[in-house]
Amino acid sequence: MARIESLGFAPPPPFPPGEVLRGEVRAFLAEHLPQRAGTRGVGSWGGHDREFSRKMGARGWIGMTWPRRYGGHERSALERYVVLEEMLAAGAPVTGHWVADRQSGPLILRVGTEEQKQAILPRIAAGECAFCIGMSEPDSGSDLASVRTRAAAAKGKGGGGFLINGTKLWTSNAHCSEYMILLARTGEAGEQRHGGLTQFLVDLKATQGISIRPVHNLSGDHHFNEVVFEDVFLPAANVLGEVGGGWRQVTSELAFERSGPERFLSSFTLLVELTRVLGADPSERSRIALGRVVAHITTLRRLSRSVAGMLQAGANPAQQAALVKDLGTTLEQEIPEIARQLIDAEPDRASTQDFVTVLAHTMMNAPSFSIRGGTREILRGMIARGLGLR
Amino acid sequence: MSETRELVREAAERLFEKHCSAETLRRADGGEFPQALWRALAQAGYTSALVPESAGGAGLEMSDALSLLISAGRHAVPAPLAETMLAGWLLSAAGIAVPEGPLTVAPVRAGDSLSAKRDGAGWRIDGTASRVPWARQCGTIAVLADTGAGSLVALVAAADCEIRDGHNVAGEPRDELVFAAAKSLHAGASAVSAGALRALGAVMRSAQMAGALQSVLETSVQYARERVQFGRPIGRFQAVQQNLAVLAGQAAAATAAAEAAIEAAAQGLDSIAVAAAKIRAGEAAGIGAAIAHQVHGAIGFTQEHRLHYSTRRLWSWRDEFGNEAWWARRLGGEVAAAGPARLWQGITAAG
Repeated sequence: MARIESLGFAPPPPFPPGEVLRGEVRAFLAEHLPQRAGTRGVGSWGGHDREFSRKMGARGWIGMTWPRRYGGHERSALERYVVLEEMLAAGAPVTGHWVADRQSGPLILRVGTEEQKQAILPRIAAGECAFCIGMSEPDSGSDLASVRTRAAAAKGKGGGGFLINGTKLWTSNAHCSEYMILLARTGEAGEQRHGGLTQFLVDLKATQGISIRPVHNLSGDHHFNEVVFEDVFLPAANVLGEVGGGWRQVTSELAFERSGPERFLSSFTLLVELTRVLGADPSERSRIALGRVVAHITTLRRLSRSVAGMLQAGANPAQQAALVKDLGTTLEQEIPEIARQLIDAEPDRASTQDFVTVLAHTMMNAPSFSIRGGTREILRGMIARGLGLR
Repeated sequence: MSETRELVREAAERLFEKHCSAETLRRADGGEFPQALWRALAQAGYTSALVPESAGGAGLEMSDALSLLISAGRHAVPAPLAETMLAGWLLSAAGIAVPEGPLTVAPVRAGDSLSAKRDGAGWRIDGTASRVPWARQCGTIAVLADTGAGSLVALVAAADCEIRDGHNVAGEPRDELVFAAAKSLHAGASAVSAGALRALGAVMRSAQMAGALQSVLETSVQYARERVQFGRPIGRFQAVQQNLAVLAGQAAAATAAAEAAIEAAAQGLDSIAVAAAKIRAGEAAGIGAAIAHQVHGAIGFTQEHRLHYSTRRLWSWRDEFGNEAWWARRLGGEVAAAGPARLWQGITAAG
């Protein structure tokens, strides 16, 4: 019987210094966070709050692992993990720097030019610069290799560059971001379908020819956008990484996107509110339900920290990350269903009761949990690959 | 994982691989005690893993000893390894010399209790303990009894009890023991509560379930690669792949939960991690066994295939030393009593 090594999880590394930092983060949150859960953005990583992002930047909690010369703080990935999970568990408004801190900044650090690094990374670390992800298109969701937005070689005022034409869709927070990292086609796909893709840095505030249209989600909130590029000229200096190397760059970016605490804590605020309304001495049925959910979260947290440890050690736990996201989002989606069976209340976003508003908000956001960052089916396909079935 | 633990686990894998053949499992299923396997376990020091060296045991670190049971679960070891470890732990904590041979503990069910009465220099034990693992194969039983003034650990000869044979659905002995003024061979005040005994038993079953789920996953993946239908291995069909991915997730979760409990148990058995392991591994057991059978089709449902040695154990072990609901009720009660402001703190403290 062969052991399945590709899905092994190393025990999370012991990490005592993190506990001091944890205390600092909790003290910060006690001071800066609104106390009423219903007034916080829940389920979508807390909401966009530039002022809060600046405060976090001032504490050194954005770009924590980056070199100091780019505004970073040269701390470990495990310290960063402590800050992330404390922020999420508290429902803090971290959307304003989340994408930049998690994937755009690290990507620029890895493949960007010196000029790009110096121009952008310190601004991200200060909480001043938000990023959005320009990957999906109307006809390219899970099948990212099929992107059609074109980047054609062109001449501009300052020299050579690319002329961009196409449409990006489901672009979360494009309307409140300074930059997009755009994935566009610069050449033919080739037999493997993965060739000819290039990533670009796009300054959304200062580039001509870009229109951003809101796509309201089913709860009426505005996160998604459609971003249309019409004859947008980008100088060659805006190429991020290698021309034609986009596929490899985005896939490595996605591995970092999948295993973090945001993949099992999206419904945590609802669990806190449920515990509040159940009180100190709930029914047997409620205890059983509550105990089960806590057992799941405790286990998910260990798996997620295990992946963080493997990333810190330089491993590439892409399949483990997919597995954590699949398990985590399944639980996140279960929590509102459990909560509504334990408390006789109707979900209502306009209620004055925290449990009722948070229930409504979480329930209505839940479908997105297993779609964003790779659908459940795509992730399970990756796990099956890890099992040697494909 | 510590280097020692990795070495211990590798050695254990080799031993189990050698001594737990399909033939051994088949015979054990028919009620035959696996003598050669048992001798190997005793020689390797596994049976006395939780007995300190000063008391004649192998004196392994508790976490190393417990992680052996993940490997034991992988191989469906058809012998009272966990129970003998548990009895050794209970007896040596009470200062009682641990006898040779297979051992078990009583009582194991939450509703059962035994009483102890003074009788000269010794004690007499009364009461009924149901579903005691492997009792008929054990010469002596480690008993946790109530003296009215505290807990007592006593060693009782199996011959002094009435033993009524029973089995779990895996065919492992789960016997009813009737103690009627049964004489203690040795006794000592217990440092271990009934709750702690149950908790360590739960950690052991969680570890065994994690191992069994790993085995069930490997068997199912291998079968899906070999079994051809519609002109290709069934593992090439997306519907089958997606189910096996779910099974892999359950096996990983059970393993992580068991490993967390194994680490926590050495520090204290009242950790969230202990309850979480029995809840999470128990849930994974049901989901995992169901998928494994679905993948295997009819052959997996027969005695001619080895799958049932693992799945029947999963269905048994999840209900022993408290099922998911028993532990969840307890954990949920603690979480509720601590209140919403302490919820996240409790989870992060669990490690």
